[in-house]
Amino acid sequence: MNDEISREIFDHLVELAALELDPDETEYLREQLNNQLKAIHELEAIPLDAETPIASHGVPYSLEISAAVRPDEWEAYPNPEKIISQAPETSDGYVVVPEIPHTDLE
Amino acid sequence: MMDLCDLSAIEINSLVRSRKVSAVEVLEASLQRIAAVDGVPGKVNGDPKAEADRVHAFITLTEKRARSQAEAVDKKLSAGEDPGPLAGVPLTVKDIFCVDGTPSTAASKILANFVAPYTATPVARMESAGAFMLGKVNLDEFTYGSSSESSAFQPAPRNPWDTSRVPGGSSGGSAAAVAAGESALSLGTDTAGSIRQPAAFCGVVGMKPTYGRVSRYGLIAFGSSLDCPGPVARTVSDAALMLRVMAGPDPRDATAANVSVPDYLNGLEKGIKGLRIGLSPEYFRITFFNAETGELDERELPAEIKAVVMRAAGRLAEMGADIVEDISMPHTRYGIPTYFAISRVEAASNLHRYDGVKYGYRTSEKVDDLRAMYRKTRGEGFGQQPKLRILMGMYVSAAQYSEQYYNRALRIRSLIRRDFDEAFDPQGKYRLQALLTPTTPTTAFPVADVYGDSVLMQYADQLTVPANHAGVPGISIPAGFDQDQLPIGIQLLGPDFSEEVLLRLGRTYEMATSEAEWRLKRPPVLG
Repeated sequence: MNDEISREIFDHLVELAALELDPDETEYLREQLNNQLKAIHELEAIPLDAETPIASHGVPYSLEISAAVRPDEWEAYPNPEKIISQAPETSDGYVVVPEIPHTDLE
Repeated sequence: MMDLCDLSAIEINSLVRSRKVSAVEVLEASLQRIAAVDGVPGKVNGDPKAEADRVHAFITLTEKRARSQAEAVDKKLSAGEDPGPLAGVPLTVKDIFCVDGTPSTAASKILANFVAPYTATPVARMESAGAFMLGKVNLDEFTYGSSSESSAFQPAPRNPWDTSRVPGGSSGGSAAAVAAGESALSLGTDTAGSIRQPAAFCGVVGMKPTYGRVSRYGLIAFGSSLDCPGPVARTVSDAALMLRVMAGPDPRDATAANVSVPDYLNGLEKGIKGLRIGLSPEYFRITFFNAETGELDERELPAEIKAVVMRAAGRLAEMGADIVEDISMPHTRYGIPTYFAISRVEAASNLHRYDGVKYGYRTSEKVDDLRAMYRKTRGEGFGQQPKLRILMGMYVSAAQYSEQYYNRALRIRSLIRRDFDEAFDPQGKYRLQALLTPTTPTTAFPVADVYGDSVLMQYADQLTVPANHAGVPGISIPAGFDQDQLPIGIQLLGPDFSEEVLLRLGRTYEMATSEAEWRLKRPPVLG
């Protein structure tokens, strides 16, 4: 198996991604990532010169077709309870989360 | 036998407007069809093998909503008011769009309990045009797949032409629902082919409009530079009608282009004389991932699919188009590798918001702190496809690798775009109005055949993804069947905002083949 993404790199990515994985899925995921990288390596066959620009999207957004800019005005949301009620845990209109890791200052 | 729900949206709308049938009667016909063919809806931890002879398009049936919308249409008609261009038309919506008051799940456990507090612009526009929304239909989890099998809501949709086959994906529920007559129209999304590929697999029409043609407001994001909402329908005219209703600027989406919306229905039948349509050899060679050797092999397109495309070119030529061969599209084969880098970075970024804090799933395990809650919630809530996309996105955009992978892919995207620019350049060598290609490298594959191999699955989109990179519009229309009686789709691609021309070409092809024997076929699931 191509180990470009080694176990060590994989564990680092998992940490960055804030994912806790089952031990039985990690090898499958790592194997799939390495297979996908083989496909990505196909891109190395294309000679690129420095002038080839980056395309952040395909359609060029000329000024003419770009959306008009809206005034930056504050608007009250008509029904905030509807949004807050989706949170897994709330109290008095606040969203409740577990202890936030912190260090007490001396 | 034809039921009301088998009619086109345009026919239904006309019957309802002339009060030959009521919108509620159309609703009843649709509900009967759903009851007859759909089987149990998908649910978290559902049995993937349940009722394997049914379509399973739905996650959530919204009968009450549909009924009040249909009644409102009938009431408007009684009062002599205009009920809108989609009045009485049954609509389903891929469950990747927020619709106020409905579960909006993205087919993921992490959003299984999420009830959207607002409605996506394209849905709102169709509902206010008189369509009634029957429900939310199934898809690959967060749209990440090409078979709909990765849905956390099982059983996943099956192909109405052969329920042992996949309907394609990720808009598999949309294409299956429309093919089986459960709805006349369905709203899908296309990031690499997710409208066109399932449309081809299920023998229906699917269009990916130009990026920015239809607002993404209320669409649960995947690849924000690639995602396009678009129509799934049984006829080209219905797709044109639906696009006309949905398209156009939206103050809530800054990427919704400020381009006026033509009446796509108006010019549909005015002919295609003199239009230049290209065929590119690069769209007749396909790449397959060989899991045993780990290599990417080149193959010829299956002969039956090639024959259907060439026959379609012949038909369009008979109708007056000029067919131009040997169009050079040299970066076509890099579409999937480029996509593996770009879409993963965008997906990883978009998936960071699912953290168990604001909405959706939160782990029920006891945790010591916030970070542990994030990790457990995301680990339990995401299926394997989102996990793969997050991890790959983090890898290829990491500081030490991004030049080699992500930035390289963004540059190659410019080259893919350039292929299209040159093909469509009115002063260029080819001066095309459209490119004609097969939509898919195969017809619908058997359930469980490809799922699990994320590279092979991704290559199912190899002929559709270049248009997403380039932003240009594309349409897949049914054009015949293979020897297994599975539908084959042809694809037309055009320059930015040329939907009108693509729809006209599609409609012309429909008219040219209206007497063809294969047009009489009905999906076997209808009995």
